[in-house]
Amino acid sequence: MKKEWPLWEVFVRSKNGLEHRHFGSLHAADAEMALENARDVYTRRNEGVSIWVVESKYITASNPSENGEMFEPAKNKVYRHPTFYKLPDEVKHM
Amino acid sequence: MSEKELINLEQIFEERIERDEKIEPKDWMPEKYRQTHIRQISQHAHSEVVGMLPEGNWITRAPSLRRKAALLAKVQDEAGHGLYLYSACETLGISREELYQQLHTGKAKYSSIFNYPTITWADIGAIGWLVDGAAIINQVALCTTSFGPYARAMVRICKEESFHQRQGYEIMLTLCNGTEAQKAMAQDALNRWWWPSLMMFGPKDEDSPHTAQSMKWKLKRKTNDELRQQFVDQTVPQAAILGISIPDPHLKWNEASGHYNFGEIDWEEFWQVVKGHGPCNKERMEARVGAWEEGAWVREAAMAHANKQTNKKVAKAS
Ligand SMILES: [Fe+2]
Ligand SMILES: [Fe+2]
Ligand SMILES: [Fe+2]
Repeated sequence: MKKEWPLWEVFVRSKNGLEHRHFGSLHAADAEMALENARDVYTRRNEGVSIWVVESKYITASNPSENGEMFEPAKNKVYRHPTFYKLPDEVKHM
Repeated sequence: MSEKELINLEQIFEERIERDEKIEPKDWMPEKYRQTHIRQISQHAHSEVVGMLPEGNWITRAPSLRRKAALLAKVQDEAGHGLYLYSACETLGISREELYQQLHTGKAKYSSIFNYPTITWADIGAIGWLVDGAAIINQVALCTTSFGPYARAMVRICKEESFHQRQGYEIMLTLCNGTEAQKAMAQDALNRWWWPSLMMFGPKDEDSPHTAQSMKWKLKRKTNDELRQQFVDQTVPQAAILGISIPDPHLKWNEASGHYNFGEIDWEEFWQVVKGHGPCNKERMEARVGAWEEGAWVREAAMAHANKQTNKKVAKAS
């Protein structure tokens, strides 16, 4: 049996209408304790209205050393941006 | 990796820092950058945690419910600061267990200021005013440091620190507007905390061999002496408002430089405390290690409970 408490990532919605944002991490024995600790550590001054916690080991992250291959396809498709299309100045509201 | 590839990576890395790009945990970084950050961030985390001890000493004896609630909230904040910093440090690939172990075996250091005793209530005022004041100066300078998780932790910490300093100064103000005995108590606290607070900024620049490298990595944005001067310049007028005097006969406004001149720090004392011979080094470590060891059964029980719950859920599902 593992003795050390696992690591959890904490996401907080600061107010309704905004997305949850990564706030940090903490150790806890289980999800319930992770939520309670997250409340005590990250929302002592009304920083949040909703908290998500997820055990860090379940997060799959991209590798920055492969950023070239990973994000290059987005860069060379300039036609996805409005500025790619040349229109006469007289055209308004577009 | 060939040596040529390594040099190339290092150069790209230095250029990124030069451009003020943040370094994130999974990015490639030189081993020395990683190790230096683990050392500095963990030392900072340990300081937040050990820093709770001298103040915790007064929670049950605070003179009013208002003071007690404020002190309790402040000490709780320091626990939070420790946690943000440990988390930032763990992203560099070191475990929390290992970090604690380094603290408990004396391998890692924490700020020497916490090896001084808090013998009167005025010490709680002086700590908030001077020690948190000095910490804020250090920490504001670190909000733009190059390592992303450290910079983000600093931003959160700085937001919380300003209440710490204000509550300390308010304690001093109340004592200084009180009876003669109360004012004397405030003066005595200032006398004892002034020099150790100046020491918080570390050795003089000429005796600080890592400064150049740390400045280059933006792990330091200002030198020890620059930060110390900033602290003296901002604190002297605050002492004047309190009506108590700073225990330094050489303290004098320098019209030409636009800064205060101040006397020489007792560096012998500084190194003695760093080496473990301060008034409370032993007591602090005993309290810290004791708390960790006596809490072991709680941590184990919580883990056993969590495992039991998981097993129950699995059994139900199958
Ligand atoms: Fe703090
Ligand atoms: Fe701090
Ligand atoms: Fe503080």
